[in-house]
Amino acid sequence: MNSLVIAGRELRSLFLSPLAWTMLGVTQLILAYMFLTQIDYYLTIQAKLIGIEGAPGVTDLVVAPLFGNAAVILLLITPLLTMRVISDERRNKTISLLFSAPISITEIVLGKFLAIFAFLLIILACISLMPLSLLTVGTLDLGKFSACLLAMALLMASFNALGLYMSAISSQPTVAAVSSFGALLLLWIIDWAGSNSGNSSSLLEYISIMRHFENLLRGLINTADLLYFVLFIAAFLILSIRRLDNDRLQK
Amino acid sequence: MSTLIEVNNLSRQFGDHCAVDDVSFSLDKGEVLGFLGPNGAGKSTTMRMICGNLTPTAGEIKIHGYDIIEQPKLAKAELGFLPEVPPLYPDLTVDEFLIYCAKLHGLRKAAVKPAVESGKSKCGLSDMGGRLITNLSKGYQQRVGIAQAILHNPSVIILDEPTVGLDPIQILEIRQLIRELGQQHSVILSTHILPEVQQSCSRVQIIHHGKLVLNEGIEGLSRRMTSSSLTVRFREQPDLNSLKGIQHVDAIERLEELEGHQYRIHHDQHVNLAEAVAELTVNSGWGLLELVPEKHDMEHIFLSLTNESNADE
Repeated sequence: MNSLVIAGRELRSLFLSPLAWTMLGVTQLILAYMFLTQIDYYLTIQAKLIGIEGAPGVTDLVVAPLFGNAAVILLLITPLLTMRVISDERRNKTISLLFSAPISITEIVLGKFLAIFAFLLIILACISLMPLSLLTVGTLDLGKFSACLLAMALLMASFNALGLYMSAISSQPTVAAVSSFGALLLLWIIDWAGSNSGNSSSLLEYISIMRHFENLLRGLINTADLLYFVLFIAAFLILSIRRLDNDRLQK
Repeated sequence: MSTLIEVNNLSRQFGDHCAVDDVSFSLDKGEVLGFLGPNGAGKSTTMRMICGNLTPTAGEIKIHGYDIIEQPKLAKAELGFLPEVPPLYPDLTVDEFLIYCAKLHGLRKAAVKPAVESGKSKCGLSDMGGRLITNLSKGYQQRVGIAQAILHNPSVIILDEPTVGLDPIQILEIRQLIRELGQQHSVILSTHILPEVQQSCSRVQIIHHGKLVLNEGIEGLSRRMTSSSLTVRFREQPDLNSLKGIQHVDAIERLEELEGHQYRIHHDQHVNLAEAVAELTVNSGWGLLELVPEKHDMEHIFLSLTNESNADE
């Protein structure tokens, strides 16, 4: 309940600044262009695909790549969204309003998390309008499409949780943005080491966000992947709560 | 009367630096406590600890009987806090901000609007509801900060330097408001402005180097203020024991002076010892050079107390 009050305020402030609108616009524009090129590519190879048994359909060749591209764009913009949430409150001393209100730290962190997550879901809704527009001219594999949406939602929540933690540990928003971008990118590419020579470490493969995301994007819903995301989100949320709680202990 | 705030043996350490050292006090309903002290004395630290923004190194704080560490939600529901820097979101309007604060404090939906309206009218913000906080002057921002602290009708209101940045008329209004609040709530306010304490507080505490050096009701303080003293300058070294022998003399203090021997003689109030001292001096042949009766004011007490504790260290 209290979290929702905080989330509502946060989301409102987000839309009062041009940042949210710019992000929605730019994301939509770039992804629309990418969507268009995918459609174009699909049309050129469509004729060849007809002859092949069990050939990939439009969902595999257009929708999944679109969400894959969206993930990369999210990697760039989520740090910009999360960078302010806690570090700005600390800098402007508005955090004491939350600390002296009858709200627990957990509710504060959850409220912030929900606000950014709600905004990211708005982005996701806008993006999914593009594949849905294909329904007017053909059919989609709705199962795979739902798996893509699930993958995106989990990925967004993970990026969000990590960004929130970086915002909680840094005193300046820009530092939070740079460090969360760095951390996300590293987690994205961490399985590159040794992957070309074929002797990659299975631990690094497990840590990499991309592996789990791609499984889901292919329509392969695996408990291990779901658990990875849940653990990832929970871990960074708990770390943020601990960090914020620490504010009161020492300085 | 019920005790609303209870602070026992409160200490706070920042690394090696001890900001608040073993402070204890309690506050009843209907009292306005003035918190005085020089910069860096530990006023804000104490207030932040009472409001749960800072965890004490040692000691306990009870608000309305609830421990701020053990039962933070119950304790904080009884608290209204205005920190040194008012916690305002510049991109919200006054109404939006106050509604948000009311909701944060768990007010029911039906109660939010009346609470915001009464908070605004108490702080003179009735015409400002639609203005963006960022466009308000410092004084009005301060008022929004105060409105935020009293919105949910808390039993304990803590104001850290509430009159900073206000013009003289606004200061008078805020003092009036604090007196009104003091009738139904407990109020703690910190300030640098000494007359403010005399006008709006029923109790005064002076904190210095983290220690409580004075904790007294306003009557006791005004007694201290009327209690007078004499500064006397002699040519010769006087015999302090015979000076102390004069009736009603409390203490004799040596003042730094290059020439002659200057002393301050503290005595009971409502008696004038000038004559007795003059007589003794002339009879003993110490050479009376100067004899000035002194009146203590608030500033004087403040300075002497803070200097005393400086000398102790």
